[in-house]
Amino acid sequence: MSQTTPSAATASATTPKTNSIVVPGRWQRFRESYLIYSFKRDWMAQVCLLIFVAMVIGAFLAPLIAPADPYDLATIDIMNSELPPVWMEGSDPDFLLGTDSQGRDLLSTILYGTRVSLLIGFGAVILQALLGVTFGLLAGYMGGRVDAFLMRMADIQLSFSTLMVAIVVGAIIKATFGGAVFSDYALVLLILIIGLAEWPQYARTVRASVLAEKSKEYVDAARVMGFRSRRIMFRHILPNTLSPIFVISTVQIANAIISEAALSFLGLGMPETQPSLGSLIKSGFDYLQSGSWWITLIPGGVLILLVLVINLLGDWLRDVMNPRLYKG
Amino acid sequence: MIAFLIKRLMHAVLVMFVISIISFAIQDNLGDPLREMTGQAVSEAQREVMRDEMGLNDPFITQYLRFAGNALQGDLGTSYFYKQPATEVILRHLPATLELVMASSLIIILLSAPIGVFAAIRPRNWLSRLFMGTSIIGISVPVFLTAILLIQVFAIGVTVDWFPSDTQWGSILNGMLSTDGGMPSYGRGELTHVAGSWSSGFFTADGLWHLVLPAISLASIMLPLFIRLIRAEMMEVLQSDYIKFARAKGLGLGRIYFLHALKNTMLPVITVGGVQIGTMVAYTILTETVFQWPGMGLMFLEAITRSDIPLIVAYLMMVGVIFVVTNTLVDLIYGLVNPTVKLAGKPA
Repeated sequence: MSQTTPSAATASATTPKTNSIVVPGRWQRFRESYLIYSFKRDWMAQVCLLIFVAMVIGAFLAPLIAPADPYDLATIDIMNSELPPVWMEGSDPDFLLGTDSQGRDLLSTILYGTRVSLLIGFGAVILQALLGVTFGLLAGYMGGRVDAFLMRMADIQLSFSTLMVAIVVGAIIKATFGGAVFSDYALVLLILIIGLAEWPQYARTVRASVLAEKSKEYVDAARVMGFRSRRIMFRHILPNTLSPIFVISTVQIANAIISEAALSFLGLGMPETQPSLGSLIKSGFDYLQSGSWWITLIPGGVLILLVLVINLLGDWLRDVMNPRLYKG
Repeated sequence: MIAFLIKRLMHAVLVMFVISIISFAIQDNLGDPLREMTGQAVSEAQREVMRDEMGLNDPFITQYLRFAGNALQGDLGTSYFYKQPATEVILRHLPATLELVMASSLIIILLSAPIGVFAAIRPRNWLSRLFMGTSIIGISVPVFLTAILLIQVFAIGVTVDWFPSDTQWGSILNGMLSTDGGMPSYGRGELTHVAGSWSSGFFTADGLWHLVLPAISLASIMLPLFIRLIRAEMMEVLQSDYIKFARAKGLGLGRIYFLHALKNTMLPVITVGGVQIGTMVAYTILTETVFQWPGMGLMFLEAITRSDIPLIVAYLMMVGVIFVVTNTLVDLIYGLVNPTVKLAGKPA
């Protein structure tokens, strides 16, 4: 992998060049960019973005549009538990997608759950990106011992799978502080765990781009002009490494959402009182054998759809920006 | 080569050292063996004496050295729940996990190479498109959901009545889409005792039958990854000059594809494969939970809920060993297979 990564820098050449004297505004440049051009010609990307945006809006407007509030215990009636979705026999028209084992409206729980999953996914990726970009810039720009140390750490952490790291750290935290404390801070803890487990992905990508950028003349020029290292790193080199960062971010969001779901499914994630998609699947799994498939499979379908559209968007973005990052 | 070997071994030792420190820190902070051993009746003074006797008041370094020394001899403490040495408990659960991983690896190897090569040779063929389309869906489905779907379809069964059943085509379509279920989705089935703590499910029909769904679930997450990887590598290799030369010389296509091209395709596949073995160990936790497969992963999760610290530590050390051994092996194999790799130098 390391042999091919320097060419990742060529991808940054896709930013539009403006040789004319009248420099068009940012918005206009964005509108005329290759990114938008190819987006308009790719119906798959459009459909995916549409679904993704719809899911995000639905999730974050959950308090407004959901028929019931799953966090409000007063509205839940245990007599309504395990009702099937409306198209099946024995359903209640009040509950469009049926109810779960506690009598909560499944549609509302899914909307709220998607919100939790998205929050954790985005939060974890922001944390990963902050850590990874900083370490990657440092390692690539400083070189020498800093580089060797940071990359050795990244290697060690990557040689364990990120999911394994997340499971182990989650397990240790849960064993140390007990289940109750874990449940209270589950959202923050999950962001921390998943964020810390995956930073090496960013660090490696950024480092590879930095190594390619560092030898270019504009960096020498900046150095000759007497700019400090921090300024050169963040103001000059970082903008030129953005396209690979964008591309891996999409995949990383999908991964973070899957990791969160996996952790929650193992009981190391969100508690059932504040469910994410993963904990909904977990709570429904116990009722699968008794025939109540919808409690598990409908949130499962939502999770798959969410991750799928993000992955497809990521694929599209990678094709457009074409940094040779992943070959998978 | 020797220098490279030593370097890799040093690296492996360093990683194991870090893991052992972490494991020990967990044990030191979480487990209070006295509380497990003594009842309520023992006074605080007596506890303090026992603590001294057991060396729990020694400095961190002394305690760690004792822990490491014991660990090297295979003694990782006694499980609170099983009341047996943790190493023994782990070793008893290891075969189940290994068999699962082996079965999945077999599925992955047998399917990914032919499909990946085919998709690379005929990228525009409808079958390739189907494979590639399915593979992105496969990557997007978390392994535990695959497992749950498999259970629903093949173990519980699905009855479809979307089409009018009073017409002939309707009932045929319904019948085609419905499944009976009945596949085993719980435990390992009938086992045969092989040696020591190793009981195998490979030798009975029932054991193999129980292995089907878990192995497919575990393979489902890696298979798309490998198909895509092999396809991408293969497409790149097919562009290279030596393949064009081989073609120009008039070598048979089968020979070019499967002997010359595949050989070079496999280099990155080996490296990724080694890392993915580790990932598979992580996914066994999920698969084993869904299928109640009595392996290490399920045992680890149970140990967490029971706060069985020695067992958690033993699992961590075990997984650490597996990761370090596979990674070192992969690096060595890579060094052997690819002579251009700078063996002594650091891998850039």
